[in-house]
Amino acid sequence: MAKPTNIQGRIWVVRDPEGRPVDDIDTDMIYHNAHLAITDVAQMGRYAFGNLEGWQDFPSKAEPGDILIAGRNFGCGSSRQQAVDCFVSLGVSLLVAESFGAIYRRNAINSGFPILVCPGILHESAGGLASGEVLKVDLKTGELRKDGAAVARAQGFSDVQMGIYQADGLFNFARRHNL
Amino acid sequence: MPQTMIEKILARHTGDEVEPGRVIWLDLDVRTARDFGGANVVKHLEREYPEDPVADPARTFFTFDCVVPANTIPYANNQQICREFARRHGIRVFDVDMGIGSHVVIEQGLAVPGCTLVGTDSHLNILGAVGAFGQGMGDQDIAFTFKTGKTWFEVPRSIRVRVKGRLDEPLSAKDLNLAILGQIGSTGGLGHSMEFYGEAIEGLSLAGRITLASMATEMGAVVALIPPGEEVAEYCGKRAGRRVEPVVADEDAEYAEEIDVDIRGLRPLVARPGAPHDVVEAASVKGVRIDSAFFGSCTNGRLEDFEVAASILEGRRVAPHVMAKVVPATREVYGQLLGRGLLEMFYDAGVIVSNPGCGGCASGQIGMTGRGEVQISTSNRNFRGKQGAGDTYLASPATVAASALAGEIASP
Repeated sequence: MAKPTNIQGRIWVVRDPEGRPVDDIDTDMIYHNAHLAITDVAQMGRYAFGNLEGWQDFPSKAEPGDILIAGRNFGCGSSRQQAVDCFVSLGVSLLVAESFGAIYRRNAINSGFPILVCPGILHESAGGLASGEVLKVDLKTGELRKDGAAVARAQGFSDVQMGIYQADGLFNFARRHNL
Repeated sequence: MPQTMIEKILARHTGDEVEPGRVIWLDLDVRTARDFGGANVVKHLEREYPEDPVADPARTFFTFDCVVPANTIPYANNQQICREFARRHGIRVFDVDMGIGSHVVIEQGLAVPGCTLVGTDSHLNILGAVGAFGQGMGDQDIAFTFKTGKTWFEVPRSIRVRVKGRLDEPLSAKDLNLAILGQIGSTGGLGHSMEFYGEAIEGLSLAGRITLASMATEMGAVVALIPPGEEVAEYCGKRAGRRVEPVVADEDAEYAEEIDVDIRGLRPLVARPGAPHDVVEAASVKGVRIDSAFFGSCTNGRLEDFEVAASILEGRRVAPHVMAKVVPATREVYGQLLGRGLLEMFYDAGVIVSNPGCGGCASGQIGMTGRGEVQISTSNRNFRGKQGAGDTYLASPATVAASALAGEIASP
Protein backbone atom coordinates (compact mmCIF):
# COMPACT_ATOMS: atom_id res chain seq x y z
CA MET A 1 0.00 0.00 0.00
CA ALA A 2 1.35 3.39 -0.95
CA LYS A 3 2.22 5.72 1.90
CA PRO A 4 0.68 9.20 2.00
CA THR A 5 2.48 11.94 0.11
CA ASN A 6 0.37 14.61 1.75
CA ILE A 7 0.88 15.14 5.45
CA GLN A 8 -1.17 17.29 7.76
CA GLY A 9 -0.15 17.99 11.32
CA ARG A 10 0.29 20.37 14.19
CA ILE A 11 3.64 22.17 14.03
CA TRP A 12 6.38 22.79 16.56
CA VAL A 13 8.66 25.69 15.59
CA VAL A 14 12.07 25.10 17.13
CA ARG A 15 13.04 28.36 18.83
CA ASP A 16 15.02 29.04 21.98
CA PRO A 17 13.33 30.16 25.23
CA GLU A 18 13.66 33.79 24.06
CA GLY A 19 11.83 33.01 20.86
CA ARG A 20 14.86 33.14 18.57
CA PRO A 21 15.41 30.55 15.83
CA VAL A 22 18.03 27.92 16.74
CA ASP A 23 20.57 26.72 14.16
CA ASP A 24 23.22 23.99 14.39
CA ILE A 25 21.17 21.74 16.66
CA ASP A 26 23.57 18.83 17.00
CA THR A 27 22.86 15.18 17.60
CA ASP A 28 23.83 15.44 21.28
CA MET A 29 21.14 18.07 21.81
CA ILE A 30 18.62 15.88 20.01
CA TYR A 31 19.63 12.59 21.62
CA HIS A 32 22.45 12.74 24.14
CA ASN A 33 25.31 10.24 24.10
CA ALA A 34 24.36 9.21 27.64
CA HIS A 35 21.49 7.16 26.17
CA LEU A 36 23.36 5.40 23.39
CA ALA A 37 23.24 1.99 25.04
CA ILE A 38 19.53 1.82 24.11
CA THR A 39 18.84 -0.14 20.93
CA ASP A 40 15.02 -0.34 21.11
CA VAL A 41 13.41 2.50 19.11
CA ALA A 42 10.31 2.44 21.32
CA GLN A 43 12.50 3.48 24.27
CA MET A 44 14.17 6.40 22.48
CA GLY A 45 11.30 8.91 22.25
CA ARG A 46 11.46 9.94 25.89
CA TYR A 47 14.99 11.36 25.37
CA ALA A 48 14.22 13.46 22.26
CA PHE A 49 15.56 17.02 22.65
CA GLY A 50 16.70 16.01 26.14
CA ASN A 51 19.75 18.30 25.87
CA LEU A 52 18.14 21.23 24.01
CA GLU A 53 17.47 24.19 26.25
CA GLY A 54 13.76 24.82 26.70
CA TRP A 55 12.74 21.64 24.87
CA GLN A 56 13.35 18.95 27.48
CA ASP A 57 9.58 18.46 27.93
CA PHE A 58 8.98 17.94 24.20
CA PRO A 59 8.49 14.15 24.53
CA SER A 60 5.63 14.62 26.99
CA LYS A 61 3.95 17.27 24.84
CA ALA A 62 4.44 15.82 21.35
CA GLU A 63 1.62 13.83 19.80
CA PRO A 64 1.74 11.38 16.93
CA GLY A 65 1.39 13.23 13.65
CA ASP A 66 3.13 16.42 14.80
CA ILE A 67 5.48 18.28 12.44
CA LEU A 68 8.80 19.89 13.45
CA ILE A 69 10.05 23.11 11.84
CA ALA A 70 13.76 23.76 12.40
CA GLY A 71 16.67 25.93 11.30
CA ARG A 72 19.99 25.45 9.54
CA ASN A 73 22.28 22.44 9.80
CA PHE A 74 19.80 20.46 11.89
CA GLY A 75 21.31 17.22 13.16
CA CYS A 76 24.94 18.16 12.66
CA GLY A 77 27.47 16.26 14.75
CA SER A 78 27.48 12.53 15.26
CA SER A 79 26.29 9.77 12.96
CA ARG A 80 23.79 8.50 15.47
CA GLN A 81 20.63 7.07 13.99
CA GLN A 82 18.97 7.50 17.39
CA ALA A 83 18.69 11.24 16.71
CA VAL A 84 16.25 10.31 13.92
CA ASP A 85 14.73 7.29 15.62
CA CYS A 86 13.73 9.26 18.72
CA PHE A 87 11.32 11.29 16.55
CA VAL A 88 10.07 8.14 14.83
CA SER A 89 9.51 6.77 18.32
CA LEU A 90 7.28 9.74 19.20
CA GLY A 91 5.31 9.44 15.98
CA VAL A 92 6.51 12.78 14.56
CA SER A 93 5.23 12.75 10.98
CA LEU A 94 7.58 15.20 9.27
CA LEU A 95 10.65 17.31 9.92
CA VAL A 96 11.19 20.47 7.86
CA ALA A 97 14.48 22.32 8.27
CA GLU A 98 16.41 25.01 6.42
CA SER A 99 19.21 22.46 5.97
CA PHE A 100 20.38 19.23 7.54
CA GLY A 101 23.70 17.75 8.60
CA ALA A 102 24.72 15.40 5.79
CA ILE A 103 24.66 12.22 7.85
CA TYR A 104 21.40 13.14 9.56
CA ARG A 105 19.75 13.61 6.19
CA ARG A 106 20.83 10.15 5.04
CA ASN A 107 19.74 8.55 8.28
CA ALA A 108 16.28 10.06 7.99
CA ILE A 109 15.93 9.06 4.36
CA ASN A 110 17.11 5.50 5.06
CA SER A 111 14.61 5.15 7.89
CA GLY A 112 11.80 6.22 5.59
CA PHE A 113 11.23 9.17 7.91
CA PRO A 114 9.97 12.19 5.94
CA ILE A 115 12.22 15.24 5.97
CA LEU A 116 12.14 18.29 3.73
CA VAL A 117 14.74 20.96 3.08
CA CYS A 118 13.16 24.42 3.06
CA PRO A 119 15.60 27.36 3.05
CA GLY A 120 14.21 30.32 4.97
CA ILE A 121 11.45 28.37 6.72
CA LEU A 122 12.56 29.35 10.21
CA HIS A 123 14.42 32.61 9.71
CA GLU A 124 12.11 34.16 7.13
CA SER A 125 8.74 32.42 6.83
CA ALA A 126 8.43 31.52 10.48
CA GLY A 127 7.54 35.08 11.29
CA GLY A 128 4.18 33.84 10.10
CA LEU A 129 4.37 30.37 11.62
CA ALA A 130 3.73 29.57 15.28
CA SER A 131 3.80 26.37 17.24
CA GLY A 132 0.37 24.80 17.45
CA GLU A 133 -0.75 25.84 13.96
CA VAL A 134 -1.65 23.19 11.44
CA LEU A 135 0.24 22.76 8.16
CA LYS A 136 -0.58 20.66 5.15
CA VAL A 137 2.50 19.52 3.26
CA ASP A 138 2.93 17.90 -0.13
CA LEU A 139 6.05 15.72 0.01
CA LYS A 140 6.27 15.49 -3.78
CA THR A 141 6.17 19.20 -4.58
CA GLY A 142 7.40 20.42 -1.19
CA GLU A 143 4.54 22.89 -0.88
CA LEU A 144 3.58 23.93 2.66
CA ARG A 145 0.03 25.27 3.13
CA LYS A 146 -1.63 26.92 6.08
CA ASP A 147 -5.39 27.57 6.07
CA GLY A 148 -5.42 26.68 2.39
CA ALA A 149 -2.77 29.24 1.42
CA ALA A 150 0.80 28.39 0.41
CA VAL A 151 3.29 29.68 3.00
CA ALA A 152 6.55 28.20 1.78
CA ARG A 153 7.98 25.79 -0.74
CA ALA A 154 10.50 23.15 0.26
CA GLN A 155 12.50 20.99 -2.14
CA GLY A 156 10.25 18.02 -2.91
CA PHE A 157 11.39 14.44 -2.27
CA SER A 158 14.17 13.18 -4.52
CA ASP A 159 13.57 9.89 -6.37
CA VAL A 160 15.69 7.82 -4.01
CA GLN A 161 14.06 9.46 -1.01
CA MET A 162 10.57 8.71 -2.33
CA GLY A 163 11.58 5.15 -3.20
CA ILE A 164 12.91 4.45 0.28
CA TYR A 165 9.96 6.22 1.90
CA GLN A 166 7.44 4.19 -0.08
CA ALA A 167 9.30 0.97 0.70
CA ASP A 168 9.29 1.95 4.38
CA GLY A 169 13.04 1.94 4.78
CA LEU A 170 16.33 1.14 3.08
CA PHE A 171 16.19 -2.63 3.64
CA ASN A 172 12.83 -3.08 1.91
CA PHE A 173 13.80 -0.63 -0.79
CA ALA A 174 16.90 -2.69 -1.53
CA ARG A 175 14.85 -5.90 -1.64
CA ARG A 176 12.49 -4.34 -4.17
CA HIS A 177 15.52 -3.63 -6.32
CA ASN A 178 17.09 -7.06 -5.74
CA LEU A 179 20.10 -5.65 -3.94
CA MET B 1 35.19 15.49 -18.35
CA PRO B 2 37.90 16.63 -15.93
CA GLN B 3 37.12 15.47 -12.41
CA THR B 4 37.61 16.71 -8.86
CA MET B 5 39.16 14.38 -6.28
CA ILE B 6 35.87 13.09 -4.96
CA GLU B 7 34.47 12.56 -8.44
CA LYS B 8 37.51 10.55 -9.42
CA ILE B 9 37.45 8.39 -6.29
CA LEU B 10 33.73 7.71 -6.64
CA ALA B 11 34.04 6.99 -10.36
CA ARG B 12 36.51 4.20 -9.58
CA HIS B 13 33.95 2.62 -7.27
CA THR B 14 30.77 2.66 -9.33
CA GLY B 15 29.37 1.69 -12.70
CA ASP B 16 27.08 4.71 -12.67
CA GLU B 17 27.79 8.06 -14.22
CA VAL B 18 29.43 10.36 -11.69
CA GLU B 19 28.14 13.89 -11.79
CA PRO B 20 27.44 16.28 -8.89
CA GLY B 21 23.89 15.89 -7.63
CA ARG B 22 23.40 12.40 -9.10
CA VAL B 23 22.69 9.41 -6.91
CA ILE B 24 25.05 6.50 -7.58
CA TRP B 25 25.51 3.01 -6.16
CA LEU B 26 28.92 3.10 -4.58
CA ASP B 27 31.19 0.10 -3.90
CA LEU B 28 32.84 0.26 -0.52
CA ASP B 29 36.31 -1.21 -0.04
CA VAL B 30 35.97 -1.41 3.75
CA ARG B 31 32.97 -1.29 6.10
CA THR B 32 33.25 -0.83 9.85
CA ALA B 33 31.15 -0.30 12.96
CA ARG B 34 32.30 1.01 16.33
CA ASP B 35 30.91 0.25 19.77
CA PHE B 36 28.47 3.17 19.42
CA GLY B 37 26.05 1.99 16.76
CA GLY B 38 27.67 -1.45 16.44
CA ALA B 39 25.06 -3.33 18.43
CA ASN B 40 22.33 -1.55 16.47
CA VAL B 41 24.03 -2.67 13.24
CA VAL B 42 24.03 -6.28 14.48
CA LYS B 43 20.38 -5.98 15.46
CA HIS B 44 19.41 -4.78 11.98
CA LEU B 45 21.45 -7.52 10.30
CA GLU B 46 19.98 -10.30 12.41
CA ARG B 47 16.46 -9.06 11.77
CA GLU B 48 16.80 -8.27 8.07
CA TYR B 49 19.35 -10.82 6.86
CA PRO B 50 19.45 -13.69 9.38
CA GLU B 51 20.77 -16.20 6.83
CA ASP B 52 23.69 -14.38 5.33
CA PRO B 53 24.39 -10.98 6.94
CA VAL B 54 27.94 -10.25 5.78
CA ALA B 55 29.04 -10.01 2.16
CA ASP B 56 32.78 -10.18 2.79
CA PRO B 57 34.16 -10.68 6.32
CA ALA B 58 37.67 -9.81 5.14
CA ARG B 59 36.50 -6.26 4.31
CA THR B 60 34.35 -5.88 7.42
CA PHE B 61 35.55 -4.78 10.87
CA PHE B 62 34.46 -3.69 14.30
CA THR B 63 36.49 -0.93 15.96
CA PHE B 64 35.73 -0.27 19.62
CA ASP B 65 36.80 3.20 20.68
CA CYS B 66 34.05 5.14 22.45
CA VAL B 67 33.73 3.52 25.88
CA VAL B 68 36.89 1.47 26.30
CA PRO B 69 36.82 -0.65 28.30
CA ALA B 70 33.07 -0.43 28.92
CA ASN B 71 32.25 1.29 32.20
CA THR B 72 28.56 0.43 32.34
CA ILE B 73 26.81 -2.89 31.85
CA PRO B 74 24.70 -1.71 28.86
CA TYR B 75 27.86 -0.62 26.98
CA ALA B 76 29.60 -3.87 27.92
CA ASN B 77 26.58 -5.80 26.65
CA ASN B 78 26.63 -3.94 23.35
CA GLN B 79 30.34 -4.62 22.81
CA GLN B 80 29.80 -8.28 23.60
CA ILE B 81 26.92 -8.44 21.10
CA CYS B 82 29.35 -7.21 18.43
CA ARG B 83 32.13 -9.59 19.50
CA GLU B 84 29.89 -12.65 19.39
CA PHE B 85 28.47 -11.63 16.01
CA ALA B 86 32.02 -11.10 14.76
CA ARG B 87 33.09 -14.56 15.95
CA ARG B 88 30.14 -16.23 14.24
CA HIS B 89 30.91 -14.55 10.94
CA GLY B 90 34.70 -14.41 10.93
CA ILE B 91 34.94 -10.64 11.29
CA ARG B 92 38.00 -9.07 12.87
CA VAL B 93 37.46 -6.90 15.93
CA PHE B 94 39.88 -4.10 16.83
CA ASP B 95 38.90 -4.37 20.45
CA VAL B 96 38.86 -1.95 23.40
CA ASP B 97 42.66 -1.91 23.64
CA MET B 98 43.31 -0.65 20.10
CA GLY B 99 42.14 2.95 20.06
CA ILE B 100 40.22 5.21 17.71
CA GLY B 101 38.95 3.29 14.71
CA SER B 102 39.54 6.05 12.15
CA HIS B 103 43.24 6.05 13.13
CA VAL B 104 43.50 2.27 13.44
CA VAL B 105 42.34 1.77 9.85
CA ILE B 106 45.11 4.10 8.67
CA GLU B 107 47.75 2.34 10.80
CA GLN B 108 46.55 -1.07 9.65
CA GLY B 109 46.78 -0.14 5.98
CA LEU B 110 43.03 -0.59 5.48
CA ALA B 111 42.52 3.05 4.54
CA VAL B 112 44.75 4.03 1.62
CA PRO B 113 44.64 6.89 -0.88
CA GLY B 114 41.67 6.63 -3.23
CA CYS B 115 39.79 3.98 -1.24
CA THR B 116 36.21 4.06 0.04
CA LEU B 117 35.55 3.22 3.68
CA VAL B 118 32.47 3.70 5.87
CA GLY B 119 31.58 3.23 9.52
CA THR B 120 29.39 4.50 12.33
CA ASP B 121 31.88 7.22 13.34
CA SER B 122 30.84 10.65 12.05
CA HIS B 123 34.51 11.66 11.93
CA LEU B 124 35.46 8.89 9.51
CA ASN B 125 35.84 11.58 6.87
CA ILE B 126 39.15 12.07 8.68
CA LEU B 127 40.41 9.63 6.02
CA GLY B 128 40.54 12.60 3.69
CA ALA B 129 43.91 13.01 5.43
CA VAL B 130 45.25 10.21 3.22
CA GLY B 131 43.16 11.25 0.21
CA ALA B 132 40.58 8.54 0.85
CA PHE B 133 36.81 8.74 0.92
CA GLY B 134 35.73 7.99 4.49
CA GLN B 135 32.20 8.50 5.64
CA GLY B 136 30.31 8.19 8.87
CA MET B 137 26.83 6.77 8.56
CA GLY B 138 23.96 5.66 10.76
CA ASP B 139 23.40 2.08 11.85
CA GLN B 140 20.87 1.15 9.15
CA ASP B 141 23.18 2.43 6.46
CA ILE B 142 26.13 0.51 7.87
CA ALA B 143 24.10 -2.69 8.33
CA PHE B 144 23.21 -2.47 4.65
CA THR B 145 26.89 -2.06 3.70
CA PHE B 146 27.88 -5.11 5.79
CA LYS B 147 25.34 -7.11 3.81
CA THR B 148 25.94 -5.72 0.32
CA GLY B 149 29.30 -3.93 0.26
CA LYS B 150 27.66 -0.91 -1.31
CA THR B 151 25.42 2.06 -0.63
CA TRP B 152 23.54 4.77 -2.47
CA PHE B 153 25.34 8.09 -2.46
CA GLU B 154 24.63 11.51 -3.87
CA VAL B 155 27.73 12.81 -5.61
CA PRO B 156 28.62 16.01 -3.75
CA ARG B 157 29.70 19.25 -5.34
CA SER B 158 33.30 20.23 -4.66
CA ILE B 159 34.84 23.25 -3.00
CA ARG B 160 38.49 24.15 -3.53
CA VAL B 161 40.14 25.80 -0.55
CA ARG B 162 43.40 27.61 -1.26
CA VAL B 163 45.46 28.47 1.77
CA LYS B 164 47.89 31.34 1.49
CA GLY B 165 50.72 31.57 3.99
CA ARG B 166 52.69 29.18 6.17
CA LEU B 167 52.33 27.60 9.58
CA ASP B 168 55.25 28.57 11.78
CA GLU B 169 55.67 27.66 15.44
CA PRO B 170 53.82 27.79 17.72
CA LEU B 171 51.07 27.41 15.12
CA SER B 172 49.96 23.95 14.07
CA ALA B 173 47.33 22.26 11.93
CA LYS B 174 44.71 22.86 14.62
CA ASP B 175 45.11 26.63 14.31
CA LEU B 176 44.77 26.31 10.54
CA ASN B 177 41.71 24.16 11.02
CA LEU B 178 40.10 26.64 13.42
CA ALA B 179 41.01 29.54 11.12
CA ILE B 180 39.17 27.90 8.23
CA LEU B 181 36.23 26.90 10.43
CA GLY B 182 36.00 30.41 11.87
CA GLN B 183 36.00 31.86 8.36
CA ILE B 184 33.46 29.57 6.68
CA GLY B 185 31.32 28.61 9.69
CA SER B 186 29.41 25.46 10.52
CA THR B 187 27.66 25.29 7.16
CA GLY B 188 30.48 26.60 4.95
CA GLY B 189 31.05 23.15 3.51
CA LEU B 190 27.52 21.83 3.93
CA GLY B 191 26.94 18.80 1.73
CA HIS B 192 30.15 19.46 -0.22
CA SER B 193 33.47 17.72 -0.69
CA MET B 194 36.31 20.08 0.19
CA GLU B 195 39.82 19.93 -1.27
CA PHE B 196 42.76 21.73 0.28
CA TYR B 197 45.72 23.28 -1.51
CA GLY B 198 48.62 25.57 -0.71
CA GLU B 199 52.13 25.58 0.69
CA ALA B 200 50.93 25.14 4.29
CA ILE B 201 48.88 22.10 3.24
CA GLU B 202 51.71 20.45 1.31
CA GLY B 203 53.95 20.88 4.33
CA LEU B 204 51.60 19.07 6.71
CA SER B 205 52.72 15.76 8.16
CA LEU B 206 50.27 12.85 8.31
CA ALA B 207 49.33 13.87 11.87
CA GLY B 208 48.70 17.45 10.73
CA ARG B 209 46.59 16.21 7.83
CA ILE B 210 44.53 14.12 10.23
CA THR B 211 43.96 17.21 12.38
CA LEU B 212 42.84 19.29 9.42
CA ALA B 213 40.62 16.61 7.87
CA SER B 214 39.04 15.70 11.19
CA MET B 215 36.93 18.81 11.40
CA ALA B 216 35.30 18.57 7.97
CA THR B 217 32.23 17.43 9.89
CA GLU B 218 32.23 20.66 11.89
CA MET B 219 32.30 22.60 8.61
CA GLY B 220 29.28 20.61 7.44
CA ALA B 221 31.35 18.97 4.72
CA VAL B 222 30.93 15.42 3.43
CA VAL B 223 34.70 15.03 3.40
CA ALA B 224 37.84 17.19 3.45
CA LEU B 225 40.28 15.70 0.96
CA ILE B 226 43.98 16.50 1.10
CA PRO B 227 45.96 15.45 -1.97
CA PRO B 228 48.49 12.91 -0.68
CA GLY B 229 52.14 13.80 -1.01
CA GLU B 230 54.99 11.33 -1.17
CA GLU B 231 55.20 10.91 2.61
CA VAL B 232 51.56 9.85 2.86
CA ALA B 233 51.69 7.56 -0.17
CA GLU B 234 54.79 5.89 1.20
CA TYR B 235 53.35 5.47 4.70
CA CYS B 236 50.09 3.98 3.43
CA GLY B 237 51.87 1.73 0.95
CA LYS B 238 54.12 0.38 3.67
CA ARG B 239 51.18 -0.24 6.01
CA ALA B 240 49.10 -1.89 3.29
CA GLY B 241 52.01 -3.96 2.03
CA ARG B 242 51.43 -2.84 -1.54
CA ARG B 243 52.08 0.11 -3.76
CA VAL B 244 49.39 2.76 -3.58
CA GLU B 245 48.75 5.34 -6.23
CA PRO B 246 47.22 8.60 -4.95
CA VAL B 247 44.09 9.79 -6.69
CA VAL B 248 44.25 13.52 -7.36
CA ALA B 249 42.00 16.01 -9.11
CA ASP B 250 42.39 16.86 -12.75
CA GLU B 251 43.99 20.24 -13.18
CA ASP B 252 41.05 21.71 -15.06
CA ALA B 253 38.37 20.20 -12.81
CA GLU B 254 35.41 22.43 -12.08
CA TYR B 255 34.54 23.50 -8.54
CA ALA B 256 31.21 24.76 -7.29
CA GLU B 257 33.06 27.21 -5.08
CA GLU B 258 36.57 28.53 -4.42
CA ILE B 259 37.52 29.71 -0.96
CA ASP B 260 40.72 31.59 -0.19
CA VAL B 261 42.08 31.45 3.31
CA ASP B 262 44.91 33.80 4.22
CA ILE B 263 46.84 32.66 7.28
CA ARG B 264 49.60 35.23 7.08
CA GLY B 265 49.77 36.87 10.49
CA LEU B 266 47.73 34.07 12.06
CA ARG B 267 48.00 33.75 15.83
CA PRO B 268 46.96 30.82 18.06
CA LEU B 269 43.19 30.36 18.09
CA VAL B 270 40.51 28.88 20.31
CA ALA B 271 36.86 28.02 19.71
CA ARG B 272 34.66 29.32 22.50
CA PRO B 273 32.24 27.03 24.35
CA GLY B 274 29.11 26.00 22.49
CA ALA B 275 30.23 26.12 18.87
CA PRO B 276 33.39 24.83 17.15
CA HIS B 277 33.12 27.69 14.64
CA ASP B 278 33.00 30.42 17.31
CA VAL B 279 36.71 31.05 16.82
CA VAL B 280 38.76 33.87 18.39
CA GLU B 281 42.44 34.48 19.11
CA ALA B 282 43.58 32.69 22.25
CA ALA B 283 45.03 35.98 23.46
CA SER B 284 41.54 37.53 23.49
CA VAL B 285 40.33 35.10 26.17
CA LYS B 286 43.65 35.01 28.01
CA GLY B 287 43.18 34.72 31.76
CA VAL B 288 39.95 32.69 31.71
CA ARG B 289 40.44 30.27 34.60
CA ILE B 290 40.38 26.61 33.60
CA ASP B 291 39.66 23.52 35.67
CA SER B 292 40.72 20.86 33.21
CA ALA B 293 42.83 20.30 30.11
CA PHE B 294 42.42 17.47 27.62
CA PHE B 295 45.04 16.24 25.14
CA GLY B 296 43.87 13.68 22.62
CA SER B 297 40.86 12.74 20.41
CA CYS B 298 40.81 11.86 16.72
CA THR B 299 41.79 15.47 16.01
CA ASN B 300 44.98 15.72 18.09
CA GLY B 301 45.82 12.25 19.37
CA ARG B 302 49.02 11.44 17.42
CA LEU B 303 52.61 11.25 18.67
CA GLU B 304 53.44 14.58 17.09
CA ASP B 305 50.62 16.27 19.03
CA PHE B 306 51.87 14.86 22.33
CA GLU B 307 55.45 15.82 21.49
CA VAL B 308 54.35 19.43 21.15
CA ALA B 309 52.53 19.27 24.50
CA ALA B 310 55.50 17.54 26.11
CA SER B 311 57.97 20.13 24.86
CA ILE B 312 55.97 22.76 26.76
CA LEU B 313 55.24 20.71 29.89
CA GLU B 314 58.67 19.11 30.27
CA GLY B 315 60.29 19.75 33.61
CA ARG B 316 57.28 21.68 34.86
CA ARG B 317 53.95 20.87 36.51
CA VAL B 318 50.44 21.80 35.46
CA ALA B 319 48.78 24.35 37.75
CA PRO B 320 47.70 22.71 41.02
CA HIS B 321 43.97 23.24 40.39
CA VAL B 322 44.08 21.84 36.84
CA MET B 323 43.03 18.30 36.04
CA ALA B 324 45.05 17.44 32.93
CA LYS B 325 44.41 14.32 30.85
CA VAL B 326 46.29 12.64 28.03
CA VAL B 327 44.51 10.07 25.87
CA PRO B 328 46.57 8.65 22.97
CA ALA B 329 44.55 7.98 19.81
CA THR B 330 45.76 4.40 19.45
CA ARG B 331 47.72 1.62 21.07
CA GLU B 332 50.50 2.31 18.59
CA VAL B 333 50.72 5.94 19.71
CA TYR B 334 50.61 4.80 23.34
CA GLY B 335 53.60 2.57 22.60
CA GLN B 336 55.44 5.48 21.03
CA LEU B 337 54.83 7.63 24.12
CA LEU B 338 56.11 4.78 26.26
CA GLY B 339 59.18 4.20 24.10
CA ARG B 340 60.18 7.87 24.07
CA GLY B 341 59.77 8.46 27.78
CA LEU B 342 56.82 10.77 27.29
CA LEU B 343 54.56 8.82 29.65
CA GLU B 344 57.02 9.43 32.45
CA MET B 345 57.30 13.04 31.49
CA PHE B 346 53.51 13.52 31.56
CA TYR B 347 53.41 11.73 34.91
CA ASP B 348 56.03 14.08 36.32
CA ALA B 349 54.08 17.06 34.99
CA GLY B 350 51.02 15.93 36.95
CA VAL B 351 49.01 14.69 33.97
CA ILE B 352 46.61 11.72 34.04
CA VAL B 353 47.50 9.32 31.23
CA SER B 354 44.73 7.03 29.99
CA ASN B 355 44.63 4.00 27.74
CA PRO B 356 43.90 4.85 24.09
CA GLY B 357 40.43 5.70 22.78
CA CYS B 358 38.10 8.61 22.15
CA GLY B 359 38.12 9.78 25.77
CA GLY B 360 35.93 12.71 26.66
CA CYS B 361 33.94 13.11 23.43
CA ALA B 362 31.69 10.12 24.02
CA SER B 363 31.20 9.70 27.76
CA GLY B 364 34.31 7.58 27.52
CA GLN B 365 36.79 6.20 30.02
CA ILE B 366 38.32 9.55 30.97
CA GLY B 367 35.19 11.17 32.42
CA MET B 368 33.12 14.22 31.62
CA THR B 369 32.93 17.84 32.78
CA GLY B 370 30.71 18.96 35.67
CA ARG B 371 28.45 22.00 35.84
CA GLY B 372 30.56 25.15 36.02
CA GLU B 373 33.75 23.34 35.00
CA VAL B 374 35.84 25.04 32.32
CA GLN B 375 37.85 22.73 30.10
CA ILE B 376 40.30 23.45 27.32
CA SER B 377 40.61 20.58 24.92
CA THR B 378 42.37 19.53 21.72
CA SER B 379 39.21 17.72 20.59
CA ASN B 380 36.86 18.80 17.84
CA ARG B 381 33.40 19.45 19.29
CA ASN B 382 32.30 21.68 22.12
CA PHE B 383 28.54 21.66 21.63
CA ARG B 384 26.80 22.39 24.89
CA GLY B 385 26.42 19.27 26.96
CA LYS B 386 28.44 17.00 24.68
CA GLN B 387 31.46 16.53 26.91
CA GLY B 388 29.48 16.99 30.11
CA ALA B 389 27.77 19.88 31.85
CA GLY B 390 30.77 22.24 31.74
CA ASP B 391 32.14 24.66 29.14
CA THR B 392 34.73 23.47 26.63
CA TYR B 393 37.20 25.58 24.65
CA LEU B 394 38.88 23.95 21.65
CA ALA B 395 42.53 24.66 20.90
CA SER B 396 45.83 23.25 19.66
CA PRO B 397 48.06 21.01 21.80
CA ALA B 398 50.46 23.94 22.30
CA THR B 399 47.68 26.25 23.51
CA VAL B 400 46.20 23.59 25.80
CA ALA B 401 49.65 22.86 27.27
CA ALA B 402 50.40 26.53 27.89
CA SER B 403 46.97 26.93 29.50
CA ALA B 404 47.40 23.85 31.68
CA LEU B 405 50.62 25.30 33.08
CA ALA B 406 49.12 28.74 33.65
CA GLY B 407 45.85 27.43 35.11
CA GLU B 408 44.06 29.81 32.77
CA ILE B 409 43.78 30.21 29.04
CA ALA B 410 47.15 31.27 27.69
CA SER B 411 48.55 31.77 24.22
CA PRO B 412 51.69 29.68 23.59
